[in-house]
Amino acid sequence: MSAVVKIPTSLRGLTGGSSEVEVPAGRLGEVITNLTDTYPDLGERLLDEKGNLRRFVNVFVAEDDIRFLEGLETEVSSGQVVTILPAVAGG
Amino acid sequence: MSLSYQDLINEAKHEIPEIEPADLADLIGRVAIFDVRESDEYEQGAIATAKLLPRGLLEGAIDKHIDDPGEKIVVYCAGGARSALAAQTLTRMGYSNVSSLQGGFGRWKSDGHPWGLPEALSNDQRGRYSRHILLPEVGEEGQIRLLESKALIVGAGGLGSPAALYLAAAGVGTIGIVDFDVVDATNLQRQILHNLDRVGQSKVESARETLTALNPDVKIITYDERLSAENVLQIFSGYDVVVDGGDNFPTRYLVNDASVHLGIPVVHGSIFRFEGQVTVFEPYTGPCYRCQYPEPPPPELAPSCAEAGVLGVLPGVIGTLQAMEVLKILLGIGDTLSGRLLTYDGLSQEFRTLRIRRDPTCPACSDESHPPAIVEYDQFCTPAGVVARAG
Repeated sequence: MSAVVKIPTSLRGLTGGSSEVEVPAGRLGEVITNLTDTYPDLGERLLDEKGNLRRFVNVFVAEDDIRFLEGLETEVSSGQVVTILPAVAGG
Repeated sequence: MSLSYQDLINEAKHEIPEIEPADLADLIGRVAIFDVRESDEYEQGAIATAKLLPRGLLEGAIDKHIDDPGEKIVVYCAGGARSALAAQTLTRMGYSNVSSLQGGFGRWKSDGHPWGLPEALSNDQRGRYSRHILLPEVGEEGQIRLLESKALIVGAGGLGSPAALYLAAAGVGTIGIVDFDVVDATNLQRQILHNLDRVGQSKVESARETLTALNPDVKIITYDERLSAENVLQIFSGYDVVVDGGDNFPTRYLVNDASVHLGIPVVHGSIFRFEGQVTVFEPYTGPCYRCQYPEPPPPELAPSCAEAGVLGVLPGVIGTLQAMEVLKILLGIGDTLSGRLLTYDGLSQEFRTLRIRRDPTCPACSDESHPPAIVEYDQFCTPAGVVARAG
C-alpha cells in the first residue's frame, strides 16, 4: 500500500541522493508529510510557513497537476507515482 | 499489328472525353486538375490550381491525391496528346470521371485563360529535400511551406544549436537567432553550432557561418543583442514560431509574455544536469509558461548550467525534440506537445508525459482581450501576480 515519489535532480541532495522514495499511499498532504518527516530539509523547499505548496513547485499525481485536482487533498492510491517537478531554466 | 504513337493517341482520344478550355475555366475550384507534363515544363507556367503529376508518376501517385474514384478529374499537358493517354490510363484504373484538356496548356493560354508561374523547387532543392518529398505528409508542397516559414531561435547555446542545425537542414527558409554572447571554450562541450576557431566571436555570427555552410537556401537573420522588454516585440514580429532555448528565468517569462502578446507559438525546452522538459505553448488554445510556472523558483533552487553543470548530450536530446515540434507546427502535421509536458531523465533513460492545462487565473493568457504588458524582469523575476497589464 505505498506510492512512489519521484525526486528531481535539483532536490536529490536533500534525499540522500535518492531519485525515488516510497511512502504510504493516502491524501497527498499525508504523502508529503511522510516524505518531509524522513527528509526534513525537503519540507522547507516544498511548503511555505503555512504548510501550503510553494507556487514554484509543481506536483503531479500520475499524469495530472494537483492544482487541477484537489491540491493537497488529492487521493494518492497505492502504486501511483507522485512527481515533484521544478521549473528549470537551463538551455 | 503494331500501333504508331499517333494511333495510340487517336485511340485514347476516341475513348476518353475531352474538355474545352472555356468549360474547364468555369469548373475551376470544383475539379481536380493535374498537370501531367514534366516538371521543367510546369515551372515555365501552369494553371494555378493544377497539381504537378508527371505521366511517369501518375499511376503510382494518383491515389495519394484522389480518394473518390468518381471525383471529376481533368488532366492536361502541352498540346493534349500525353494527357489523352494519361486520361485513358486513369479511366482503366477505375477513375470514372476523367477528361483531357483539348489543345492542352497551349490552347488554354492562347484562349486567354489565367495561368501563372507555380511555386516550385529547383532541381537542386528536389535533390536536397528528396527524403522529405518522399513523405506523403510533407511532399513538395510541404517543403515549399517550410522554405516559406520563419522560425526564431532564442539562444545560440546548448538547445539552440541542435534546433538550429536541424531546422536549417530541413530547409526552414528563414531562421532568426538571438544571442548577445560570444563563443567561449566551455561552450564547445555541448553547443555544436560553434567550434574552436570561433572562440571570442559572436555566437550569432558563428551560427550564421555554420548554418549557411550547411544549407545556403536558408536566410539567417542575426540579433546580436540581449532580449529585452524594449526589443522583444519587434524581434518576434513576423515569425511563425519561436524556439525557447534561453538559459534564465527572466528571458523565459519575457519570451512567454511577448509570444502571448503576438499570438506566436513557443516550443519550450529547458534542461538541468541530466533532466530536460519539452512542451509547446500555443497562445490561448493551450497553457502558457505562466500557467505552468506562475513563479520562478528562488535563484538558490535554480542554478544555471554554468553553476550546476550539464551533460553535453542532454541539450542535444531536448533541442532536437524542439526541432521536431517546430517542423510539425510549420507543416501542420501530427499532434504537438501543446497541453503535454514531456520530461526526460537521461540517467534512468526515461521519458514521461504529464498533462498541463490553462490556468483560468493566469496573469498572462486568461483574458485574450488583455494581452500581457511587456515588462523587464530582474534576475529574481517579478512575481507573476504583479505583472502589469496592457490597458
